[in-house]
Amino acid sequence: MKLNFRFVILIGAIVFGVFFSVPSLLQTEKGAKITLGLDLQGGLHMLLGVKTEEAVKSRMKSIAASVKHYTDHNDILLDTLSANEDEVRFAILDSDDAASIDLMLKDIEGVSVNHSGEDYALTLTPLAVEETKKQSISQAIETIRNRLDQFGLAEPTVARQGTDKILVELPGIKTQEDEQRARELISRAAKLELIAVDEERAMRVYNMSAAEAAQYGDVILPDKERPDEKYLLKEIPILDGGMLTNATVAFDQNNRPVINFALNSEGAQIFGDFTGKNVGKRMAIVLDGQVYSAPVINERIGGGHVQVSGNYTVNEANDLAIALRSGALLAPIYMMEKRSVGPSLGAESIRNSLIALIGGFVLVFIFMIVYYKAAGVIANIALIANLFIILAVMALFGATLTLPGMAGIVLTVGMAVDANVIISERIRELLYEGKSLHKAIEEGYANAMRAILDANITTLIAAVVLYAYGTGAIKGFAITISIGILASMLTAILGTHGIYTLLESKINKSKNPSFWFGISKKRLG
Amino acid sequence: MEFFKQTKTINFMGGSKLAIAISIILVLSSYALLFTKGLNFGVDFAGGTIVQVKYENTAPIDAMREQLSGNEMFQGASITEFGSPDEVIIRLKSSSKDVSKDVGDVTREALKGTGDYTIRRVDIVGPKVGDELREKGVMSLLLAMIGILIYVAFRFEWRFAVASIFALVHDVSIALGALALTQIDVNLDVLAALLTILGYSLNDTIIVFDRIREGIVDAKSAVLSEVIDESVTKTLSRTTLTSLTTFFVVLTLFIFGGEIIHSFAFTLLVGVIVGTYSSIFVASPILMWLGFDIRSYHSKLAEKRRRKAEKEKMRAQFEQGTL
Repeated sequence: MKLNFRFVILIGAIVFGVFFSVPSLLQTEKGAKITLGLDLQGGLHMLLGVKTEEAVKSRMKSIAASVKHYTDHNDILLDTLSANEDEVRFAILDSDDAASIDLMLKDIEGVSVNHSGEDYALTLTPLAVEETKKQSISQAIETIRNRLDQFGLAEPTVARQGTDKILVELPGIKTQEDEQRARELISRAAKLELIAVDEERAMRVYNMSAAEAAQYGDVILPDKERPDEKYLLKEIPILDGGMLTNATVAFDQNNRPVINFALNSEGAQIFGDFTGKNVGKRMAIVLDGQVYSAPVINERIGGGHVQVSGNYTVNEANDLAIALRSGALLAPIYMMEKRSVGPSLGAESIRNSLIALIGGFVLVFIFMIVYYKAAGVIANIALIANLFIILAVMALFGATLTLPGMAGIVLTVGMAVDANVIISERIRELLYEGKSLHKAIEEGYANAMRAILDANITTLIAAVVLYAYGTGAIKGFAITISIGILASMLTAILGTHGIYTLLESKINKSKNPSFWFGISKKRLG
Repeated sequence: MEFFKQTKTINFMGGSKLAIAISIILVLSSYALLFTKGLNFGVDFAGGTIVQVKYENTAPIDAMREQLSGNEMFQGASITEFGSPDEVIIRLKSSSKDVSKDVGDVTREALKGTGDYTIRRVDIVGPKVGDELREKGVMSLLLAMIGILIYVAFRFEWRFAVASIFALVHDVSIALGALALTQIDVNLDVLAALLTILGYSLNDTIIVFDRIREGIVDAKSAVLSEVIDESVTKTLSRTTLTSLTTFFVVLTLFIFGGEIIHSFAFTLLVGVIVGTYSSIFVASPILMWLGFDIRSYHSKLAEKRRRKAEKEKMRAQFEQGTL
């Protein structure tokens, strides 16, 4: 007997399909499984934008802070140091210091210096601006990922989308409270600054406008607990969260949660210098533009350890420490798209589409048997194999099954029988022409092949374009359709042919084409 | 069992004028609907907010309206039943950019006291995202068509490609017209459905064309309309059968698929019907009117075969070293 390679392939395909779809169907612990999309299992999907221009602004501020620290450290006197969105300006009082300043400025990367006489203007080069913006996005992705990892969610996805967007997917978010907490954790800027209080004018803070404060190089910030209370602070911070190395939750003597954070060596140096020189003055601890506390400096604080107390719950303190530890967002983020699906709705979607899938399947199944008899049974075997192969391939690729993806499978059931219909019709035609069963089958397959290939390839082209250009749900749909087409070509063309070959001796002996292909004997004449 | 027992060729092309007239009317009225009523873009494409609320019992829509009207955020919100009397969708034109504050939270607050409910879905789509999705949608439709055009032109002949694209545009236009008529929300699912129609209608057209091409190659008659009639008749039972099975499946999806998949299934239902019709009555006549000529096609094929034979002869000679 000749080796029936088609049948062997079909059996292989069925074994492959069943084997790899079992983990998904039975939800076993081991094995590759199909991931359910957020629309089916419930969860949170967010597309975030990044305000990159804010990153540039804060870069200017930190350049100003390092100029200030350098000049303070070297006793260089400056006149009005100021920073805005695209420029840092200052003037030196003694032109002898110019050489020292120039030397320091050379060390700051990406800055172009413009000076006439004693006046200096620092701007970022276009390249550095681009770089800063880019960095703010990748840093935001990293930060959000770190925060979510520490939050303890099952499988958060944080990925860049396009050039300037961030996609966040959180499956398994069950309650609105969890969702809200996750969103707050993500969006928290966690920008920590230590800022000197402008003691000279602090008394007048309640009668001062923001514009007037700006004239003195100051900003007015509110207290976190009591928003009516205001502080007049220097615009240029002493240092910012970039020098933070760790943040942990601890408890003070009253057993209230506090946050301890540690600074790196550079930060510890600056902090030590500043506190040493400003004993008796106040220093504000500012987080996201709110003053958490403004203690009086009693002595020089070395070692770089700072404690922030505030009136928070343990949960809040934990989230805050996570946010501080994972780094500040260089630029604030904003919501571009959000989709959240409750778990009950997801379960309902699965149930409904399963009913539709099974219903459609049964209908097609019965119809094929009634219409084609044995050929219908054979086509149905191919159809079942087809379904298993789709599931298996999706599981192996780790593909996500979405609601449109389910619809794609349902549709594939309808279209998968197409190849078998074409083949069976061709065979019937040949039988009417008076060909023998064996000959009709062989020629029928040969005749149908080109049409099936052309039709499937064109549909495949459409699916590939969909995959390349589509987003989320559409991609899922394109994947299931593509896999469905390929699987149906395998099962319908090779597989069913293999079954006919296997039954060849029976078919050849049979004088009853009506049994095999459901045609009426009358027309065979 | 057999549906089509006639052995006689049906005169499809004789009725093609009438069919095309119907098609033109359908397509034109679809465009008229598109321009007057327009498509009802859902939040995916237009941007905005959707909040889906499910009540334990019947949703108190009037009480909800009253409660929400007090909140500035819900100015101009539409509140409609969704699928069943206990489920409601609140639609807002605006979308918030704030990550930490959420419409879902606000809605939950605002609806307090209207009964036992859960918020099952909150979709917020910013205007920029919507625009981008729309652009991408149109772009993928166009690119898919170009890809198909190239493939069909390569495998068949340019007239076949043009005719199949005409059929595609015909089907998608009518489906869009149906969407405009029913004012169903056009969302990403509907886009997926439109793209499926594209694939389905194409599938159908290509199968018919393949038969026509086969008919042309074997044709003794040089009259194209006869060849087309014969080929379409031969594929008729297949076309109807596949359409029927697909129709069954889509219909079960439409009936049992739930409210969320409703617009998807509806679009597909229209598409399956129109797609089947167009592969028979639209694509083939266009092929005829584009001036496809059997004789020149035959001579082209003969030329191709001759060249191939020549090449083979040359190679054989070359291999034997007797150039």
